[in-house]
Amino acid sequence: MSAVMITRKVRKWEKLPGKNTFCCDGRVMMARQKGVFYLTLFLIVGTCSLFFAFECPYLSIHLSPAIPVFAIVLFLFVLAMLLRTSFSDPGVLPRALPEEATFIEMEIEAANGNVPAGQRPPPRIRNVQINGQIVKLKYCYTCKIFRPPRASHCSICDNCVDRFDHHCPWVGNCVGKRNYRYFYLFTLSLSLLTIYIFTFDIVHVVMRSVDSGFVKTLQDTPGTYPFKVLVCFFTLWSVVGLTGFHTYLISLNQTTNEDIKGSWSGKNRVQNPYSHKNMLKNCCEVLCGPAYPSVLDRRGLMQDNLPIPASAGLPAIQGNPVPQTTKTTAPLLPNEHTPDDTKPSISDSAIAHAEKRSPSPKEEKQSTLHKVLPIPISPPTPTKVPPLASPETDADASVIIPREKTL
Amino acid sequence: MAETHALQDLQHQAAVASKVYIQRDYNSGTICKFQTKFPSELESRVDKQQFEETMHTLNNLYAEAEKIGGKSYLEGCLACMTAYTIFLCMETHYEKVLKKIARFIKEQNEKIYAPLGLLLTDPIERGLRVVEITIFEDRSIGFGR
Repeated sequence: MSAVMITRKVRKWEKLPGKNTFCCDGRVMMARQKGVFYLTLFLIVGTCSLFFAFECPYLSIHLSPAIPVFAIVLFLFVLAMLLRTSFSDPGVLPRALPEEATFIEMEIEAANGNVPAGQRPPPRIRNVQINGQIVKLKYCYTCKIFRPPRASHCSICDNCVDRFDHHCPWVGNCVGKRNYRYFYLFTLSLSLLTIYIFTFDIVHVVMRSVDSGFVKTLQDTPGTYPFKVLVCFFTLWSVVGLTGFHTYLISLNQTTNEDIKGSWSGKNRVQNPYSHKNMLKNCCEVLCGPAYPSVLDRRGLMQDNLPIPASAGLPAIQGNPVPQTTKTTAPLLPNEHTPDDTKPSISDSAIAHAEKRSPSPKEEKQSTLHKVLPIPISPPTPTKVPPLASPETDADASVIIPREKTL
Repeated sequence: MAETHALQDLQHQAAVASKVYIQRDYNSGTICKFQTKFPSELESRVDKQQFEETMHTLNNLYAEAEKIGGKSYLEGCLACMTAYTIFLCMETHYEKVLKKIARFIKEQNEKIYAPLGLLLTDPIERGLRVVEITIFEDRSIGFGR
């Protein structure tokens, strides 16, 4: 009769939807594909190690000991910025809980009125006016929210990200509101480090050649030069170019996503409503603005840490009728879905499988709503490396899937 | 959410009638600001002016958190010079104001909204997207402490 009770503390990150991986018990948040990130780490650490091992001894003696010291400081700064960009929450917006989603659906239905049968309902767009410019807010079918201005849904991480810039495979994470300045400082400091190492490579070769001849110099330091020169050369052109591009974006207060889509290109007299029209002000806002906190609460404990009866099977979850919002009575109309949203959104079976709870009076605790989010089963990830900038595509609905609304 | 446990315990007695969501107001840009329009569902429950005052204070607190000025520049520069490691031991200005907001909402719930059968949810728990107001069924139960 008596079951063995097991309690397990479940942290909220374990139940977060989306395709992120979490480490260190929720402290670290990254995308799923991390291969290119490891490559970035290897290139930076490898090149710098070779520099410290082979050139620094000679340069510190013949030129100045400040050279390797500055290189170490710069190298540590680059690493810190890279890890900060890769491991932090880019500004992910949590998905709407079922009741909020229902509330929004009701507002949309009320706004649309009666759609004649056979006709597609109008696209879900809200218009807001920002600084005299009409900005369209699109509805995200995966997250069930109207995306705030400048937010975008990253299809690789399957999250809506605030002030979405792009998904960067080199850092293994999205670049958004919270980590854009770290990303920019990473590219800037990496450019400086590359230029620094490249310059002192040349200085080193020249100095040694003056001493003992060019051919002998290459014989003395085999192997390191081809690798380092190649890495530095390609890094120089790509990273310095990227830094220049982002400096340009920051001065105009634009994101990569907006730039690629041409949102504020000036056609039809549309102008960037977020720009202060002053380059310095724009830079200050992006780089020196307040440090936004994460709204995800990854390390919070799930409220209902109730004992899990070891011997019991899956109990009925929605045993008691839950008084719901009185206004919604009809199930949702067949809605348009973006190609990404093919998973069942909310269903009783998902709830039953996602949570194991001992039967208890169904209390309308707000925290329970967190637990109603099902854990989506993701399709296998593609093996090819995504391009450097991958703005998500807001594909208009091409698939109509009837959705089952429960609760 | 320990502070609302006392209120939530009372949900055993009260049933949720409905929830209202106050959306964000984007007219001033991407800063965190909520609409102050009085929702019709609350007409029978709370005084319009009281509600608007709560929302105005909330908006002012968020504006204080996101203010770009000398203090935020100083914080940013200091953090940059330490490669942002200073945030491992120091709380950011935004986080300090968020704690202030949490205290404000708790106080508003205890003093004004709970006796009327309402419960305000801290927007941070909804990703700073909405202010969720839970409306409980009107039963004459004392919501005292």
